[in-house]
Amino acid sequence: MSERRSAERDGGPSLRVRLAVLGTVALLAVVGAGGYVWRVRHAQVSLEAAAPPVATGGALEPVRGQPHLVFRSTALGAQYGRVAVVPLSAPDGPRTFAPVSCERVHATTDRAVCLSAERGIVTTYSARLLDAGWQPIQDLPLTGVPSRTRLSADGSLVATTSFVAGDSYANPGQFSTRTVVTRAGGEVVGDIEQFKLFVDGRSVTAIDRNMWGVTFADGDRFYATAASGGRTWLVEGSLARRTVTALHEDAECPSLSPDGTRVAVKKRGDLPPGRWRLAVYDLRDGRQTLLSETRSVDDQVEWLDDDTVLYGLPRADAASATSDVWAVPADGGGQPRVLVADAWSPAVVR
Amino acid sequence: MRDRPHSDGTGNRDGVRRVSTTVLLLGLVSLLTDVSSEMVASVLPLYLTAVVGLSPIAYGFLDGIYQGVSAFVRLAGGYAGDRGGQPKWVAVLGYGASALSRIAMLPAAGFAAITAVITADRLGKGLRTAPRDALIAGSSEPSMLGRSFGVHRALDTVGAALGPLVAFALLAAVPGSYDSVFVVSFAVAVVGVAVLVLFVPNLRTAGRGARVGLRRVAAEIGGRRLRRPLFAAGLLGLVTVGDGFLYLALQDRDDFAATWFPLLYVGTSLAYLGLAVPLGRLADRFGRARVLVAGHGALLVCYLLAALPAGGLTLTVAVLLCLGVYYAATDGVLPALVSRLVSAQTRGSGIAAAQTVVVLARFGSSVLFGLLWSLRGPQWSLLLFALLLAAAVPVAAWLLRGAERDEVGV
Repeated sequence: MSERRSAERDGGPSLRVRLAVLGTVALLAVVGAGGYVWRVRHAQVSLEAAAPPVATGGALEPVRGQPHLVFRSTALGAQYGRVAVVPLSAPDGPRTFAPVSCERVHATTDRAVCLSAERGIVTTYSARLLDAGWQPIQDLPLTGVPSRTRLSADGSLVATTSFVAGDSYANPGQFSTRTVVTRAGGEVVGDIEQFKLFVDGRSVTAIDRNMWGVTFADGDRFYATAASGGRTWLVEGSLARRTVTALHEDAECPSLSPDGTRVAVKKRGDLPPGRWRLAVYDLRDGRQTLLSETRSVDDQVEWLDDDTVLYGLPRADAASATSDVWAVPADGGGQPRVLVADAWSPAVVR
Repeated sequence: MRDRPHSDGTGNRDGVRRVSTTVLLLGLVSLLTDVSSEMVASVLPLYLTAVVGLSPIAYGFLDGIYQGVSAFVRLAGGYAGDRGGQPKWVAVLGYGASALSRIAMLPAAGFAAITAVITADRLGKGLRTAPRDALIAGSSEPSMLGRSFGVHRALDTVGAALGPLVAFALLAAVPGSYDSVFVVSFAVAVVGVAVLVLFVPNLRTAGRGARVGLRRVAAEIGGRRLRRPLFAAGLLGLVTVGDGFLYLALQDRDDFAATWFPLLYVGTSLAYLGLAVPLGRLADRFGRARVLVAGHGALLVCYLLAALPAGGLTLTVAVLLCLGVYYAATDGVLPALVSRLVSAQTRGSGIAAAQTVVVLARFGSSVLFGLLWSLRGPQWSLLLFALLLAAAVPVAAWLLRGAERDEVGV
């Protein structure tokens, strides 16, 4: 049996013809892809130019002195991504910009936490604690893509969650969350994934367990999401005991109501992966209420007051990353309404 | 059975120590394809979680698919190349499927659509790898197989390193436009496929009319020459920790690696890039089996360094360097070794069998390592795997002894 190793060119077209074909393909590729990118860039520039100028208010101080809403402004233009502040009395009125840009922001009366991205060849992320004048006072540990952040009501505890992923999406086990709790002004309490997780009285030690979305109750107690083996739980944790205990299955990204009696969560139910419904879980009797928002919400909600929750929703029809902050009653009734247009990551400060 | 190395008609004569033009062309195809696929890969976690809004769990599921599909199809690709005797066209099919999956990312918004698109991409990768490696082997002189695979893998790695740079430069120019990344990625992949179709010669391995049957393939794969190397590769694969876990272990022990987590992969690639050709040449000179085994020695050092209670820049770089040595000594060297242990007519299947054995073994070890990690933590698990690897290396060396004497027709 003889092996024919020598190249058989099938009497195909000559080298010159093939080079010409390759040249044509390359040209088409460059013109096609380049044209597409140019068109997107052009559309972005003209969208920015055509965007109505954002009404801006006056000085920060007076707004900060009254009940207000802190958020990331997603109005197109030079201020895109900047933190903005509006009084709760006029949420859709003129906004005042703070001198920081954040992907996620949360705030109390005299503190703010800001997760930001420095885009470059390798995009890096940082988490900073800011004082009342929006000046950095502390760098917080953060690895990976920022996802959630919360301050405790008195501003003494900060939690940050990031998605940790390698460059390659081809390796299982490379993707997980990291949720770190830090005390303002000092000690890193730690990655709460290292805390002991109890589900139905039993300790869960699986490698795939993840925690995210912390909401603080007091100086020690907090609520968060735990996940393992494709299930998620609303968990109650203790910083001092370094434990978290599952309260309720299928609940993510909890947010504690101002009166401390209920937790707003997003839940999967029988929805397909990547879609969630908002629900409120009553800590007193374990009752759960689905909210009237039926669109999928992937956000850690914020309580406007004891009766209303806020959340960000990407605007479906927009070409670029624009979103609005919506409000919906927490009792399952009413209808969702836009509270602040062109906004994301709301934090209510009273 | 005769297996005389010919020049492939592209100016590669005895005495001229250069890899053949076909290998360079296949390297160029891989480079372009890897630019394309790594562009998407580097932005996909952001895209899926930030734009599509997948939860970590859904994302983890996609990750899993990604791994499994490729191993399954690899054997089919290798066999299809051998069966039709036209590995080039099987490779074209594979590269084409991956290219098309890029453009399909545009309208694919739902979870099911994205799963389908990613599956198509992986099917393409699984399909093309073995026939492509068979083409590399077929167009190289037997004495230069290691170098040829080294050159190919180096070019491949250049593409993998360029991909994320192109993607992030694009995202900087048109913020938030993941569509642009997918479109450019598609265009680059199409040029890669064009180079393959237009310039890579269609090496026919099968004798005319005499199609390679499954029975023949099974006989060769299970045969005396290949059996022991397959066992050795499987054994070593079983004690190989996925590099994802290694990076997580590094990140777990110190803040330095945590901060630069995305760059760990780049560090390994750079080491691999620099060492693929030199170690390929070393394999040609001193024996492919030897270099393959020695590469696992580097992996052993890697585990031990990663298990140290200390951290910092030097140790992290040393771990990445050892990992690079391991990849350079194994990734191209294994097909180089295997391609000489089967007849030319079943070369694709042989290479595919070896790679499948490795992938499946590594998958098993990943599951085991993950379990151990959760029970006893990263250090303990790494030390255990180091111990197992230290035991496996001499066994593998024994299994592989004389493998090169078994080369077909030499």
